[in-house]
Amino acid sequence: MGRKLLLEHINVPGINTFDVYRSKGGYASVEKALKTMSPEAIVEEVKKSGLRGRGGAGFPTGMKWSFLAKPEGVARYLVCNGDESEPGTFKDRYLMTYIPHLLIEGMIVSSFALGANTSYIYLRGEMMPQVRILERAIAEAKAKGFLGKNILGTGYDLELYVQPGGGAYICGEETALLESLEGKRGNPRIKPPFPAIAGLYGCPTVVNNVESIAAVVPIINEGGDEYAKIGIGRSTGTKLISAGGNLKKPGVYEIELGVPVEEFIYSDEYCGGIANGKRLKAVVAGGSSVPILPANLILKTINNEARLMSYESLSDGGFVSGTMLGSGGFIAYDEDACIVRNTWNFARFYHHESCGQCSPCREGTGWMEKVLHRLEYGHGKMSDMDLLVDVSKKIEGNTICPLGDAAAWPVASAIRHFRDEFEWHVTNASEATSTNYGLAHYADPLKVVETA
Amino acid sequence: MKVTIDGITVDVEPGTSILNAARQIGGDIVPPAMCYYSKLQGSGGKCRTCLVKVTKGSEKDPRPMPKLVASCRTGVMDGMEVQNITSPEVIEARKGVVEMLLINHPLDCPVCDQAGECHLQDLGFEHGAAKTRYEFDRRTFEKIDIGDKIQLHMTRCILCYRCVFTADQITNTRLHGILNRGDHSEISTYISKAVDNDFSGNMIDVCPVGALTDKTFRFKNRVWFTKPVEAHRDCDKCCGKVTLWYKGEDVIRVTGRKDVYGEVEEFICNTCRFDKKKTADWVIEGPRKVSHHSVISANHYEFTPLPVVKTNPVLMEANKEQFERETRL
Repeated sequence: MGRKLLLEHINVPGINTFDVYRSKGGYASVEKALKTMSPEAIVEEVKKSGLRGRGGAGFPTGMKWSFLAKPEGVARYLVCNGDESEPGTFKDRYLMTYIPHLLIEGMIVSSFALGANTSYIYLRGEMMPQVRILERAIAEAKAKGFLGKNILGTGYDLELYVQPGGGAYICGEETALLESLEGKRGNPRIKPPFPAIAGLYGCPTVVNNVESIAAVVPIINEGGDEYAKIGIGRSTGTKLISAGGNLKKPGVYEIELGVPVEEFIYSDEYCGGIANGKRLKAVVAGGSSVPILPANLILKTINNEARLMSYESLSDGGFVSGTMLGSGGFIAYDEDACIVRNTWNFARFYHHESCGQCSPCREGTGWMEKVLHRLEYGHGKMSDMDLLVDVSKKIEGNTICPLGDAAAWPVASAIRHFRDEFEWHVTNASEATSTNYGLAHYADPLKVVETA
Repeated sequence: MKVTIDGITVDVEPGTSILNAARQIGGDIVPPAMCYYSKLQGSGGKCRTCLVKVTKGSEKDPRPMPKLVASCRTGVMDGMEVQNITSPEVIEARKGVVEMLLINHPLDCPVCDQAGECHLQDLGFEHGAAKTRYEFDRRTFEKIDIGDKIQLHMTRCILCYRCVFTADQITNTRLHGILNRGDHSEISTYISKAVDNDFSGNMIDVCPVGALTDKTFRFKNRVWFTKPVEAHRDCDKCCGKVTLWYKGEDVIRVTGRKDVYGEVEEFICNTCRFDKKKTADWVIEGPRKVSHHSVISANHYEFTPLPVVKTNPVLMEANKEQFERETRL
């Protein structure tokens, strides 16, 4: 049984209220940080912990914090990115719904570390229940003196606000989030300058994922070195994985990074295997924007080593045979799933969510969606696969923000690994509209390449 | 600061963008720009046609940049080395961007008033493919009259945001903006409103394509059949320096003076643009010099044409023979 740091008390009745949360040791990190530690010491602890951003990119949080510009007389801001809208990811919503005080505790400590006196939690527009939950929790914390003026008599002031967005995926990109928070159209900004220099209202700003901020709490409570002992290699600590798709027990799991993928899917402690006795066909390991992998490549790396749930192991093999941990939206597909339809569905999402600011993404996502739609509905051509790969290459890397890459990767990887299924959709067009390609060879053991 | 673009080194002020450094060098190595407009703050970075490759970040940090960068929004560093037309990767990416810009463009150049001075047309000519790979319906919009002088034909728009920046920075109020997102985004006033103020006409000049056109000039003439003449008048609102476009004796259009990159030198007011269409209103300075790359320069000779018949003894001999043969009959 792995250690739980974030969801340890998740099953305690009433953990969403201040009193129960406090009685389980909540807000201890605020007392420790504000009373005994300097802001620099907190940043140092977070750096030592090796915590990597949980929102998808995996950039070390401590490093990000240390980049924050600190000019005299200019306000600094901490913004919590709760615009979780990646298909397949629902960990932040879970965390905010059931244990909102953990996020608020993390916000207080992080804001103190960064010297921010006003902090924002930016939530996706569809998360109205969570907005109310967080606002109630903030009111409770304020009533107990953990927020507002002169917190716990330490002289530190912090105001915390919850801001719902308009419900756009693009506002999860940090600069688009800041634009939206300022009340403008949520278009990503052109970088540089980075938010650490000029972010919200032109002031230095740090934008962190909900889970990253929550993870600061155990880091302060136990110390960065203790936290770094959990996990494997440079993937330290625990990670919330939102497991979905054709699994026996889908849901949010807190894992120690480094659990083998096979164990995560099949052991009873986690997902308990594939539902209805079916076989695994493919996995999207980190939310819709990461490359999709067939069953054989997700369980074993190309060198025939067991693949682990960690930043490094999942990306082993690069884009050729690897994927990414991303935001932890783990989607499993059984043998009845149609990869073409799934890829079309993802492309449809990115087409719908592209902000339309820069041309490759605006036009390319729509183009890919239309070609995939044609393939799925039996009007495809053999040349469509090459066309899709070419269009995805024209988008990737040429856009302002990473949405272009996120739209291109699933399409490119699906064609890379499931090309015969796409071709079958062209050659057996009428059959493809009623039946599925099935498992085919996607779960066959990898051929071991003999080294000379 | 020294920056090297395609092997040509130039000294520029700190804070200059790569694109502007390239413009100081001039010639073929200047990246095309559809959305950047040097007179509009904050413009650029959107169309991605000006992508370049930075092979050396700076003297201090010589690492290359991992991705292609938008040259209009990337500042130069001392010792930076940039590849534009010498990098196959950049050419390939630019081709891709042009293809993307054209897939939803109606390609109605034969009936478009911008034809001949359209940046997208030039770009398509230089980088585009002869045929499209796009086999679906193109997005279309209804034409909208925004005011009695400007027509918005959103179908042609490439969403460069220039007109939005113009309204923000040149005029008092902005009544139009971007609605919706992705490939449904459109320039619109939302609730049909007339964009009508003293400087709204500049939106026509900054539009790189035929999305915003001058209603007083629509379908009057092809631009390459008109005669551009520089003129000025005393105007209490603007500088009064314009280009008059003549058809025969009539002024059929008035615009700002556009430089090689299609940017106006100075913005002009609507009175000058729409209301002063008589030669008597203006002090004529002389014919406008048009770059010979532009189709508008057709039949504008800046030099004495070479004599058609050269004094070639062989030709003269041949002519004599032919003359004799024909007179004999």
